[in-house]
Amino acid sequence: MFLQYIVNGIFYGATLALPAIGLTLIFAVLRFPTFALAAHLAVGAYAGYVLNVWFGLPVVPSYVFAFIVAGLVGVVGDEVAVKPLDGRGSLSVAIVTIALSIIIENVMRFSFGNELRGFDVPLYRDAVFGGVRFGFQQVINFGAALVIMLVVFGFLTFTTLGKAMRAVADNPSLAALRGINPHFIRRFAVFLGMGLAGLGGALIAAETSVDPLMGTRTMLPIFAAAILGGLGSIPGAVLGAIIIGIISETALMFIPPTYRSAVSFFVLIIVLSFRPQGILGDLKK
Amino acid sequence: MENYILGILTTSGVYALLALGLNMTWGVTGIANFGLAGFFAVGAYAAAIGSTVLGLPIWASALLSIAVGGLFGLLVSMSTIRLRGDYLAIVTLGFTEVIRLVASNETWLTKGTDGISGIPGPFRGQVTPTEYNMISLGIVTLVVIAALIFCVRLVSSPYGRVLRAIRDDEGVAMAAGKNATMFKLQAFVIGAALMGLGGAVYAHYTSYISPDLFRPLISIYIFLALTIGGSGNNFGAVLGSILLLVLLEGSRFVMEWVPGLTGVQSAAMREAIIGLVLIVMTRFAAQGILRERNKQY
Repeated sequence: MFLQYIVNGIFYGATLALPAIGLTLIFAVLRFPTFALAAHLAVGAYAGYVLNVWFGLPVVPSYVFAFIVAGLVGVVGDEVAVKPLDGRGSLSVAIVTIALSIIIENVMRFSFGNELRGFDVPLYRDAVFGGVRFGFQQVINFGAALVIMLVVFGFLTFTTLGKAMRAVADNPSLAALRGINPHFIRRFAVFLGMGLAGLGGALIAAETSVDPLMGTRTMLPIFAAAILGGLGSIPGAVLGAIIIGIISETALMFIPPTYRSAVSFFVLIIVLSFRPQGILGDLKK
Repeated sequence: MENYILGILTTSGVYALLALGLNMTWGVTGIANFGLAGFFAVGAYAAAIGSTVLGLPIWASALLSIAVGGLFGLLVSMSTIRLRGDYLAIVTLGFTEVIRLVASNETWLTKGTDGISGIPGPFRGQVTPTEYNMISLGIVTLVVIAALIFCVRLVSSPYGRVLRAIRDDEGVAMAAGKNATMFKLQAFVIGAALMGLGGAVYAHYTSYISPDLFRPLISIYIFLALTIGGSGNNFGAVLGSILLLVLLEGSRFVMEWVPGLTGVQSAAMREAIIGLVLIVMTRFAAQGILRERNKQY
């Protein structure tokens, strides 16, 4: 029984990992945590839903579409609302990104209503190995999350653009001296980060359902994961997401499931009190 | 119609208390507190439980709300006030969510999503509804004036000067020998206590509360009210709350003129408009209508 909670925790953590990577990636380049991320989960989920249910396409192209649409919405929002605030302090940015999130969520609500909508995915019986149940969609999502993580790692490590992004994250003025265009890198980081959030949203929606507030509900675990791992560190975000997933699920042995996101809050408070730089974070930055 | 107008004015009085609390934390001291809806909820539930379960008179349950609001403010700020502003923003947002979870699930204490009804209001049942609304508006106005006097005196005192100095440059304030963390903690607690008082006034006025009323959106409404009125200026906080209600209710009428919208759609449009106005105000008119006065130290 205990093993079941651990397995559920790892699956839950894997769905949190992609938005957490998005959050940490945007933080690494822009130096602030964006609260608009939550709404982009819903954007991606609805984009995937439209392609999957209205146009009858399979899930994989729907996931790609979710990534692209959420990424583009993210770039437009950043250019129009957030970027002009440069130099106005992190709290003005916090207010504006929350307001942006509210606007985007309400556009979703206006277009699709409040009701829960599900993806058109085949239903399979849960597989059982050694007394532990594995949901079909969960396994698919886990695999998808794993592949996407490897792609992101590979991109940041081996491509010129990825290296440029890490250079800007490490030292913006040095990167600018080397001729890296910071505006382009910012746009690309937001596209990638919000795209990953949208993709994560689509994965969650395929497993459960989509509604306008799904991102806001998942926001606390995502932030807890990214901060626990160390904001700005991508391996940290993955590690943080898995730990948050396991803690949240195993806590369900003692508390009712409705309190699952409250667990993240208490983990967050503990991390911020004792190790605000997170597990893999670097406070000097 | 007159009940509608009286009701709006009373509600803007409640918002004014919340805005004064937010002004204390954010406007004067520069601490991000997105937990406003949570402290508002805590105050409202303290008043509701205090008067319906413990049988406290209204003035006593209002005092209880102030104390409970302040206590929760202390709990939230104690572990996090030293942190960077954006971390505090996350924690306070999370606090609102946890309070809503507790209010929805701990049925033995809060009656869950059914909410608590039958909260006594001053002279409710003994007078006509219109008279009740007029009495409520009178009481709320007095409470707001008292809170306003308290805040204005506090901000213009040497104590308030320290808070503003911390907001503008924490390093300088500390170099001048001020324990910035202690002052920030106190400002946060005072703000949370005022928000708790707002909750008490709201609960006693409407007689019914439920977890749904304390959505995080309330925090954004009040940030907007404060930004419109003038962040850092207590009179601005009150003025902004009245203007916020004009905006909220005005957009309701505008939406009725748009044909073919469902209820959900017009509600979504109104919330999106609030978000849009907040972004535009923050970018182009961050000082608001009543600018902060007495800037010299």
